[in-house]
Amino acid sequence: MSSLSNQVREILAQGQWLKRDLETLRDDADLYDAGLSSHDSVNLMLALEEAFDVEFPDALLKRRTFESIQAISSALSQLKIDAPVP
Amino acid sequence: MSNFVERAHRVGREVASRHVDSVDRDARFPRESFDALRDERLLGMLMPRELGGESATIGDAVAVAHALGQYCSATGMIFAMHQIQAACLMRHGLSSEGLRSVASRVARDQLLLASATTETGVGGNVRESICAVQAKDHRFTIEKQASVISYGSHADGILATARRSPDAAASDQALAVLLAEDYTLEQTSGWDTLGMRGTCSNGYVLRAEAPLDRLLPLPYADISARTMLPITHLTWAGTWVGIVTDAVARARAYVRAEARKRGSAPPAAIRLAALVAGLEAMQGHLEAALARFERASDSPDKLTAMSFAVAMNALKTSTSTRAVELINEAMLICGINGYRNTGPYSLSRHLRDAYSAAIMVNNDRIMGNTSNYLLVLKDIPELNA
Repeated sequence: MSSLSNQVREILAQGQWLKRDLETLRDDADLYDAGLSSHDSVNLMLALEEAFDVEFPDALLKRRTFESIQAISSALSQLKIDAPVP
Repeated sequence: MSNFVERAHRVGREVASRHVDSVDRDARFPRESFDALRDERLLGMLMPRELGGESATIGDAVAVAHALGQYCSATGMIFAMHQIQAACLMRHGLSSEGLRSVASRVARDQLLLASATTETGVGGNVRESICAVQAKDHRFTIEKQASVISYGSHADGILATARRSPDAAASDQALAVLLAEDYTLEQTSGWDTLGMRGTCSNGYVLRAEAPLDRLLPLPYADISARTMLPITHLTWAGTWVGIVTDAVARARAYVRAEARKRGSAPPAAIRLAALVAGLEAMQGHLEAALARFERASDSPDKLTAMSFAVAMNALKTSTSTRAVELINEAMLICGINGYRNTGPYSLSRHLRDAYSAAIMVNNDRIMGNTSNYLLVLKDIPELNA
């Protein structure tokens, strides 16, 4: 498991948007199926922007970008997140 | 004028306009209009030709809703709501055998489809369900406390949302396609409202049992973003612009009649110029939003982009708000003759019907969603984007 996906997990844990246990949730599991609402997903984006000090360009602001921990990590790496932010 | 629009005007002129007063007065379903729409075969227009439909575009459906709205708002609105369901079936259901056969029945038998998305207990949030699909062998059951199923008891089928399974999260919804023989409806509330009285938007307990292949394969979240949300706002806006179009036509006729009587332009003629400009802007907004939908229509990525949802939401909130304002202007032009409940210049029904637009799916809820998106969306829209 990459450190990036661990950080995403941490943000998901803090947000408490999911109705399912994060420990058993796979990186490729559908977060919307796990209880993430469309409203929650905006709060998740805000939390990610804050934690990684990035701004998601509009081209990434679509459902698929935030559908799984894996998708989010890959979007973040596209934005060239190299070092974990403390 | 497209062939679809000509047929819609025929229904409007010859049938809907003759019954609109009793539909409004008695808050009854506009059955004569729907018999005529069936005769004109407009209920199945969106379905592909090979299934017995006419492969019409969403733009065609919006144009028909606009034409019908000029004669009877309830007819226009019910037509719009039906085509939203038909579009979900056409765009997301044709890969499955069970759903394909329903689509072909919609086209061949001109079935009227209704929608059961709202539910008692979710506070009007259609993106969450309490009831769940209970699957057993090759069939499923649903029991839903539906706070509103517009024209439910007059429909031949209902598309209903429910959680995908009993242990699914509230937002993990599926869309089930139910035919009249699959369900019973127990009425729980009535529909005696200020306007839009003919939609008969009663509440019901929906109890259904159907084969499993009647669940649309795509999650409702995707269906909602790609089809339900944009097509709802487009076809509804079509109906509302239609109501305003008739109100403006009445104001124009009134000013012309006054001018002939006086031999010169009456004072209200100035207001009419502004009113016509307002209608032009409303129509332009609708056409631009429709063009935007058509550009995105085949791209799930574009349809689920936040900027697209913001644009469709803007169409809904803006058109619904402007409709009331413009009809109010038309009433000031027609004066006491516009205020009357009867006569060729009456705008009482138009105004009452238009008030529903901002309320049914409340604009505050929609603006809440948009403002939430705007917390992360940074785009500066370009012309012809």
